[in-house]
Amino acid sequence: MLAKRIIPCLDVTAGRVVKGVNFLELRDAGDPVEIARRYDEQGADELTFLDITASSDARDIMLHIVEQVANQVFIPLTVGGGVRSVADVRRLLNAGADKVSMNSAAVYNPELVAEASGKVGNQCIVVAIDAKRIAPGKWGVFTHGGRKLTELDAIEWAQRVEKLGAGEILLTSMDRDGTKIGFDLALVRAVSDAVNIPVIASGGVGNLQHLADGVIEGRADAVLAASIFHYGEHTVREAKEYMRSHGVEVRL
Amino acid sequence: MKIVVVDYGMGNLRSVAKAIEKVASASASVLISSSAADIQAADRVVVPGQGAMHDCMHEFLSRGLREAVFAAAQSKPFLGICVGMQMLFDHSEEGDTPGLGFIPGQVRRFADGMAGQDGARLKVPHMGWNEVNPVLPHPLWQGIEPGARFYFVHSYYCQPTDSAATAATTDYGLRFTSAVAQANIFAVQFHPEKSATAGLQLLSNFVSWQP
Repeated sequence: MLAKRIIPCLDVTAGRVVKGVNFLELRDAGDPVEIARRYDEQGADELTFLDITASSDARDIMLHIVEQVANQVFIPLTVGGGVRSVADVRRLLNAGADKVSMNSAAVYNPELVAEASGKVGNQCIVVAIDAKRIAPGKWGVFTHGGRKLTELDAIEWAQRVEKLGAGEILLTSMDRDGTKIGFDLALVRAVSDAVNIPVIASGGVGNLQHLADGVIEGRADAVLAASIFHYGEHTVREAKEYMRSHGVEVRL
Repeated sequence: MKIVVVDYGMGNLRSVAKAIEKVASASASVLISSSAADIQAADRVVVPGQGAMHDCMHEFLSRGLREAVFAAAQSKPFLGICVGMQMLFDHSEEGDTPGLGFIPGQVRRFADGMAGQDGARLKVPHMGWNEVNPVLPHPLWQGIEPGARFYFVHSYYCQPTDSAATAATTDYGLRFTSAVAQANIFAVQFHPEKSATAGLQLLSNFVSWQP
């Protein structure tokens, strides 16, 4: 049976892993290559790197980090942040990324999703959706690291990117990100049920039960977390053991 | 020893080469190449592949690789990965594409709306870590537990005409062939280069395999 994936997320700026609260107030969490190696040893199923500055200088730093990680860590790597063109996608894949995540660029230029997946295959293209609750049962899509509200509905947007050729959706609740009070399970379930491609739940994990909830109640295919792993509260292995004891199929 | 990873512009060649370098002896050289001469001179050949089958076949054939790869598939240890496995078959449903025809059989798409044993909906692509169950003894399974998990990411699966070619199966809505073995050819649907310890073990077995 296919295992549910646990994915530590590394937000990177200026060559360092950082973590913010509600997309603000950054705190240093260490060296990306060292952290990636540690999570691999703990049994992480994949790693996600998000370049949260994504200026042109930062892009070269990120490529270098991806190369170094890919030389040492033999699990799938997803990289995102500032991806605007098929050339950006190719650069990251050539550096050793397995999947590339796009967010704002997909919203403002949906053709990019189609073009990129046509060129490199839909299994390599992840669309990241930053969603925020705007009414009961309704979530709006934000861009630019959560600063700009668009007119898009999160569920409709997820269905649209699937048609355009996305192979996976990385779904972050902006209401929950950094709060440690758990995923927005209604959001996760609504999106996961609306599409036929895998959905990664993100935003709000504060304990191991939250991870299990994302899969069991949110029906996510994978769960992503940062701070509970970065600051040594839990190892990935502990997370997997906990999920297994709650009936979730994991790779241990 | 010279190991060539065949470059036809599709797939994460660098990861495949790095993973083989990690398990090969220091005297081995791992070369990413699209040259027929390099493939002829190689001791072992790896054909990775990612993306759409039609594009893969097009790039592969337009680089004039068919003969060299055909010769390698008949004469030396040969490893196909993902679309590199699918291309060995006669035909793929993806874009109605003819394959190389080294192994008789078809490549089919997972149906939308499949359900697992627990009734949960199974999504396509089949993405993540799933169990690989060897169905015949083979040197490439050495040190790998039956049911070990490998990383998959694909929407199409191979269906050999002769089930004797099946080296392992995996369950995802149906039981499909996740590895094939035929003389000096071994091919896998999963990505050993992205499958942590189990994947590196399989690559290590390939590097020392004497068919």
